[in-house]
Amino acid sequence: MALLATCFAGQAAAQSITAVSYGGSYQKASTEAWYEPFAAATGIRVDVEDFNGGLAQIRAQVEVGNVYWDVVDLNASDVTLACDEGLLEYVDAAALPPAPDGTPAEEDFISGTLSDCGVGNVVWSTIYAYDANRFPGARPETIADFFDLEKFPGRRGMRRVPMANLEFALLADGVPAEDVYAVLSTPEGLGRAFDKLDTIKDQVVWWEAGAQPPQMLADGEVVMSTAYNGRIFNAQVLEGQSFVIVWDGQLLDINQLAIVAGTPRLDEAMRLVSFASTADALADLGRRISYGPARESAGPLITTHLETGVEMGPHLPTHPPNMARALRRDWTWWVDNQDELNERFSAWLAR
Amino acid sequence: MTARRRGRVAKVGPGRRDRLRAMGLVLPLLIFLGVTFLAPLGTMLVRSVYDPVVADALPATLTALRDWDGEGLPAEAAYEAAAREIGAAREARTLGQVASRANRLQSGLRGVFTRTGRDLREVAEGPWREAMAAIDSAWVEPGTWHAIRAAGERITARHYLNALDMQRLADGSVARQPEERRIYLPLLWRTLLVSLAITVFCLILGYPIAHLIAHARPRRAGLLLALVLVPFWTSLLVRTTSWIVLLQTQGVVNDLLVAIGLVGDDGRLSMVYNMTGTLVAMTHVLLPFMVLPLYSVMRSIPPLHMRAAASMGATPAQAFRRVYWPQTLPGVGAGSLLVFILAIGYYITPALVGGSSGQLISNMVAYHMQTSLNWGLAAALGALLLVGVLVLYLLYDRLVGVERMSLG
Repeated sequence: MALLATCFAGQAAAQSITAVSYGGSYQKASTEAWYEPFAAATGIRVDVEDFNGGLAQIRAQVEVGNVYWDVVDLNASDVTLACDEGLLEYVDAAALPPAPDGTPAEEDFISGTLSDCGVGNVVWSTIYAYDANRFPGARPETIADFFDLEKFPGRRGMRRVPMANLEFALLADGVPAEDVYAVLSTPEGLGRAFDKLDTIKDQVVWWEAGAQPPQMLADGEVVMSTAYNGRIFNAQVLEGQSFVIVWDGQLLDINQLAIVAGTPRLDEAMRLVSFASTADALADLGRRISYGPARESAGPLITTHLETGVEMGPHLPTHPPNMARALRRDWTWWVDNQDELNERFSAWLAR
Repeated sequence: MTARRRGRVAKVGPGRRDRLRAMGLVLPLLIFLGVTFLAPLGTMLVRSVYDPVVADALPATLTALRDWDGEGLPAEAAYEAAAREIGAAREARTLGQVASRANRLQSGLRGVFTRTGRDLREVAEGPWREAMAAIDSAWVEPGTWHAIRAAGERITARHYLNALDMQRLADGSVARQPEERRIYLPLLWRTLLVSLAITVFCLILGYPIAHLIAHARPRRAGLLLALVLVPFWTSLLVRTTSWIVLLQTQGVVNDLLVAIGLVGDDGRLSMVYNMTGTLVAMTHVLLPFMVLPLYSVMRSIPPLHMRAAASMGATPAQAFRRVYWPQTLPGVGAGSLLVFILAIGYYITPALVGGSSGQLISNMVAYHMQTSLNWGLAAALGALLLVGVLVLYLLYDRLVGVERMSLG
């Protein structure tokens, strides 16, 4: 085992580091926007690996003391969990690069995107989308319409986790966005969310991977589906699908770059995190995939989609009209409650 | 007088040195198995009953709690010890691990621990009960302390209790989980039933195919065997997603049914994202594991046996039942055991085509390994599956005899 460990560690000595990200179009975009320019600027090679989220591999590396991942692109709730468990290095926000106009990083990052161990990079969201071809008459416009089988009959796609679905259920049931987590914290509120989900349960097709919803919409397997906004954007501009995103009730989420605790390449890793969190780097990513930047100053720099020339603004979750009834995911709430809710959700599904 | 047989038989078989040399040949395999199979298996089994994190981080608190009668609130000494040790754990960055374990026993305690660790830095001296109650009212609820005491057990049965949908109540008695949280037992039961159904389907579909291949002319047999093997060599994900394309409501099969007028356009069948999808896709994926052992056993049965049975007046059905079938039993046993054991551990296929009703216990194991990081519970669920497989193996050995099993 130790021999194996040295083989792996030796491979990544000093002049190369390993960055890990979710595969697919997001990884492609971040490689082009951050990792390749970083390698060109510093001479430090970046090996990009992909994973499916989750902390199991990071924990295994830290526990065995054989860290061969250096920088990881993680969901903010995973960063909170992993930081608490001591799996990530602390990151000093003051050491991050300031905005182009000199505003210090701590003020330039959108509030909540910096944490003890994570540096925010993208703001993405879970929305629902439909295929315009299937709605010749009235079209869904609000999150309540997603739960309205009378007005819009047909099957719905939803991710098979309690996360997002419980929030959508309460929003559709008329709970104001700012009260959603307070209501969910009470047993009655939780019951109310499950009751709302009950009303469409037998019309739901559950999905697992982010690539499934666009496919199910294109196949006509469902008439509307929750999805990650970037995936729908790709289907819209690259594949010419006539999908429409309903931004009402969108659930905003944040990804962060973090450094695995105990990496022998801490300096290089920190340099990469700094490099990738400049306004220019974040804007570059925003021109490749429709995820908003975590810095205020990067917003105006995002103009058109590099590949197709489409104006990016209206496609970003952070676009003001899209934010009218947006909810920010409370990941500390989810970290506190996910064990119990996952059990309850699984039991509910099986009923 | 009988002539004495020659007293000595020439010693045959390997000598000591030969045996050692033979051992040397298998040694790499043994080491490999030890490192990649036995060691991880052992570690996981240990994890399912042994969890020192809380006991190591809060030793004085747990000692102080020993004097607590479980009614009302613990003494000030426990609060003082907890305050000191939570602060120390925060410094050592182990507080999160302690918090996540307490959180599994009572939702919300993670936040209580991390908040307390953060805010206690501003508190220099006692009374600690008031100080901690001011940070979070959970500290003046007995349930919090019960959870800490339970999480502090170094050797614990709670993962197994949890895996069997049971919980330890505050007074130490064991009770079933409330109904809306019972999940693992129904899933275990469903996993066993689904695996059994898949084994039966594979046998029904695989037996005639294996027979056909085993008794076909060589060239045709080769072709048929390739038809079995090519899907076997194709990526699992490709095969699974192909079934989605075929079975979905706007898919090939439904289009065909609508085209020939068997079902109306509104009445398209739901054949995927439910139990049907899981059964169809898994049966297809596992079929080769049934066909191959059956094939190799059937090939060794001389065709003369059936002809002999016929010549002695047996009808084809009788000949099959009394002569052919018993000789294929070793293959049936091997194939069934193989398919069944693979099926109860399967998780990618049910995750993709299973929808809500087609989930199996392995999906929960994956969830606890990857997302919730509750490796103790994952290990306990895995151990239960392992016990299930071993029991089946012993049953099989009792009923059929493992030495009769043949993988060809």
